Amino acid sequence: MNLEEVVELIRGALGDLAKEITVRKGYVEVVVNPGDVVTAATKLKELGFDHVKSVTAVDYPKESRIRVTYHVSSYLRDDLARVIVGLSVDLSRENPVMDSLVGVWRSSEFQEREVYEFFGVVFKGHPDLRPLLLIPELAEKRVLRKDFIVREESIYEGVPHRYQ
Amino acid sequence: MKESHTGTSSGVLEGRRVEGMVVRRIERELYEVFIGPQHPGSGHMRIIVRLDGDIIVEADPDIGYVHRTMEKLSEVREWLKPIPLLERMTIIDACNVTLPYVNALEKLMDKKPPPRASYLRVLLCEINRVASHLYGFGIFGVFLGHSTMYMWAFGDREVFVELAEILTGARLTHTYHIPGGVRRDMPQDFPQMARRAVRYMRRRLEEYRKIFLENPVIVKRLEGVGVISRNLAADLGIVGPNVRASGIRYDVRLVEPYEVYDELEFEVPVFEEGDALARTWVRVEEIKQSLNIIEQAVDWLERHKGEVIPKEDYERLPKLHKEVYEKTGRVKLLPAHATMKVPAGKAVARGEMGRGEIIYYVESDGGTTPYRVRVVTPSARNAIVFKYVVPGHRLMDLPAIYGSIDYFPPEADR
Repeated sequence: MNLEEVVELIRGALGDLAKEITVRKGYVEVVVNPGDVVTAATKLKELGFDHVKSVTAVDYPKESRIRVTYHVSSYLRDDLARVIVGLSVDLSRENPVMDSLVGVWRSSEFQEREVYEFFGVVFKGHPDLRPLLLIPELAEKRVLRKDFIVREESIYEGVPHRYQ
Repeated sequence: MKESHTGTSSGVLEGRRVEGMVVRRIERELYEVFIGPQHPGSGHMRIIVRLDGDIIVEADPDIGYVHRTMEKLSEVREWLKPIPLLERMTIIDACNVTLPYVNALEKLMDKKPPPRASYLRVLLCEINRVASHLYGFGIFGVFLGHSTMYMWAFGDREVFVELAEILTGARLTHTYHIPGGVRRDMPQDFPQMARRAVRYMRRRLEEYRKIFLENPVIVKRLEGVGVISRNLAADLGIVGPNVRASGIRYDVRLVEPYEVYDELEFEVPVFEEGDALARTWVRVEEIKQSLNIIEQAVDWLERHKGEVIPKEDYERLPKLHKEVYEKTGRVKLLPAHATMKVPAGKAVARGEMGRGEIIYYVESDGGTTPYRVRVVTPSARNAIVFKYVVPGHRLMDLPAIYGSIDYFPPEADR
């Protein structure tokens, strides 16, 4: 199945739900409204997109939004196996809340926890929303957002003055 | 909650004896056992299991002990610098783990490596795959108390680690790919060494079968343990040999061939059983296929000469760099490479590591550093097995399942 056919297939399945369908390098990006994400995900799953490969968030502080993308593909339908679809929603940066897709794709469970700890995105209806990799104190700082700056340390930083 | 323990198999229930009936009250008290985070064999992680007797009723993988902020650090380093950083996730599979990142860069930059560079990449990828599987076998041997397997696998892995060293100059962290090519051409006597290693490993696999895979003790511990059905495998989104042991024919080299995998002949072994034994067999069969690919790649490389970097990059090299490249096959990068800019855009690239599919999402805003790098490694996707497959098994089955999915914490935590 080539990319144009995939775009047509998705457009047919999602109809007006898809605000924007773009062919990117290596995947097809579909943007939907945050309120429609569960419906859109269910329709994609019915098409045969049965697992989530990656849940990504990207922070755009200038536009005050966070884009969450689910890269999904298919194990059980051969013609969709080589296709990756990125189901995306834009959330406000101040209050990023969206419906969890664990009910649709169980494979997103751990990765939604990751997006929660690194970006502070709250997934409503997630069965077990708590930090996965980070300790809670660090997760509070939302370290993958752009305003968390990684500072270069000098090699003597933290060493008592008398040793320097 | 402690329940009174009046009823036993003697048939006495709350003081009342029931004739002819065997009654056993269910023990309600669960024991919580913290396994880890001390190194259980392949890296630091903790599994919190709740036990009823020795039956696991709940398992919570508590990972993240070796999280090293790969994604954040990639955003603050110039485009080339994440390559040696990201390969630290899995130093035993360093070629496969960074190749999709380089491929994503090449997609953004519209660069294509020359065929010789692609063959060299594939050659190193397959050497790494064999080494990665052998490492997995060694760790599996530790988990099952089979020290011979541990010694043999780690000893034989050294053959392939040395091959990689001869090819790249480094035993583990090769940093072999650069956007558009590879860092070094193959030494002239490499094909003979590779063929010798292949012959050796084929013979050794026969011995592995006798001492490990068909060993009655090992078979008893693995057969029917940790069964993952076809639909469950798809639902959990697990990857690599684990998904292929559950009857799903999915290998990135097959479904979306990258580099020159579409020119090579190999099979993708698939098993239907879905248990720990099937997962082990998939890996053995994959080693055989990798050995075939190594042979094909060195044959091709012997017959075809060519450059290992694109022509436009070669022409830009100063005279001294050109001389070094002609004489030794080594590519010395210019400072301009470190500060290069990548056109704005979003790219997804993926590859098949020894442990399964790895996927990168790379976004550029046109600057000298990536805007966002997202990496999902195979072990990160396989961690969910602990939560949904382990419950219902006995505690002694946990190491068998852990080893059979070849889970590697440093790779999962990133």
